[in-house]
Amino acid sequence: MAEEIIEAPMVGKIIEVMAKVGEKIAEGDVVCTLESMKMENPLVSPIDGTVKEIKVAAGDTVQAGAEIAVIE
Amino acid sequence: MFGLETGFGEFFTNYQYPVMIIIGLTLIYLGIAKKMEPLLLVPIGLGVILVNLPWPGEGLMAYEVLNSSTGLLETIPYQDYVQPPYNMAGGEPVGLMSRIFHYGLSWEIMPPLIFLGLGALTDFGPVIANPKTLLLGAGAQFGVYFAMIVAFGLGAAGLGWFDFQMGEAASIGIIGGADGPTTIFVTNRLAPTILGATAVAAYSYMALVPIIQPPIIKLFTSKKQRQIYMKPQLRAVSNREKIIFPLMATIIIILLVPASAPLVGSFMLGNLLLVSGVTDRLSITAGGGFMNVLTILLGVAVGAQMSGFIFLQQKTLGIFALGLVAFMAATAFGVILAQIMNLFSKTKINPMIGAAGVSAVPMASRVVQRMGQKENPRNFLLMHAMGPNIAGVIGTAVAAGVFISMIG
Repeated sequence: MAEEIIEAPMVGKIIEVMAKVGEKIAEGDVVCTLESMKMENPLVSPIDGTVKEIKVAAGDTVQAGAEIAVIE
Repeated sequence: MFGLETGFGEFFTNYQYPVMIIIGLTLIYLGIAKKMEPLLLVPIGLGVILVNLPWPGEGLMAYEVLNSSTGLLETIPYQDYVQPPYNMAGGEPVGLMSRIFHYGLSWEIMPPLIFLGLGALTDFGPVIANPKTLLLGAGAQFGVYFAMIVAFGLGAAGLGWFDFQMGEAASIGIIGGADGPTTIFVTNRLAPTILGATAVAAYSYMALVPIIQPPIIKLFTSKKQRQIYMKPQLRAVSNREKIIFPLMATIIIILLVPASAPLVGSFMLGNLLLVSGVTDRLSITAGGGFMNVLTILLGVAVGAQMSGFIFLQQKTLGIFALGLVAFMAATAFGVILAQIMNLFSKTKINPMIGAAGVSAVPMASRVVQRMGQKENPRNFLLMHAMGPNIAGVIGTAVAAGVFISMIG
């Protein structure tokens, strides 16, 4: 099965992580919320699948391109 | 009576005073309760109140000026300063507000210094990574010229509400750029008597970006176009590029439009302080405390321009109406230019990012980001919109230079 890595689209701070490892997730479901430029932006899953790995926790600051989660 | 006279009598015999106090209080209310541009509307609001209390409130905005019919020097409030028999040229400011206004604004010091601070807070990365977006920032400026032509046309047609001279028309057009300091800079040079109106119009419409822009964006795009996906990652921009960009931009833009030098030069200097890596102390100050001081002074000085005797005219309503036209036109032209670029390019851009070409940073980018995610949850347009957004700031400063050299 194809693996899809969610990356941070820009520098920011993780506010909340909604998804849990092992959980089933549908395309468009929110994985976590990233705050950048005073805006809270939901990061969503690009595919239907299972959350294989989450690489961030709430409060983390992430750079653009940082890996957030792996969905397969 | 012992030389002591309260202001009540004067206050209630001229409707202009109480009406302006209500306007001042409304601006403060919008700032505090509705969080609309509070950093500006609160000081502007209090400035309005101060200058619309009969002497000595008006005395804060007083000038010592020659009365040409008596040949004597007189101290008079601002609203009389611009009327005969007083000669506007050569008056000396004598009140606190008029001094701040005269030496800060008429001398064109504060708007460029605010640009210095803005430059110190601006990341040119998105523009450097995708220079195409510079064009989008320029596209929105068509709206500025469009509104200027409409304003001047209506004035020439002799409609009472829109009786605008060329300089006034240009100052109204520049509202479409959604850039406060630039609007103030241009109006001060070309049409100082409408400065209060254009400044408040510019800041009001900036606060209303999230309400004004979405319907216009929708009007000029299809649902499918709004869903166009753009890869989230812009290429990495090196430090060297970030240093070269403000230097090259300074030289090229000022050679192209010399009159834009005060705004563009300050903006790029602020940015250079940010990216040089060795002047952090200066860039932190320029974009922090220094800019806050200027914001306070600029706010009260602009508010103090709004004497009821000058502000409460049909013309002011005309300025607000045309300012809105300017703003909507700038949004529309940005989107249309993005559509045109898509006709000639293989990798399609999401045309909504053109709307960020008005300079309201980062509000316009946020609007695009919100709308983009709503149409296509995977889309993340914020950084893509920042390109035209920042280019819009430069574009409006350039448009200001064009106006000043053509009309000033």
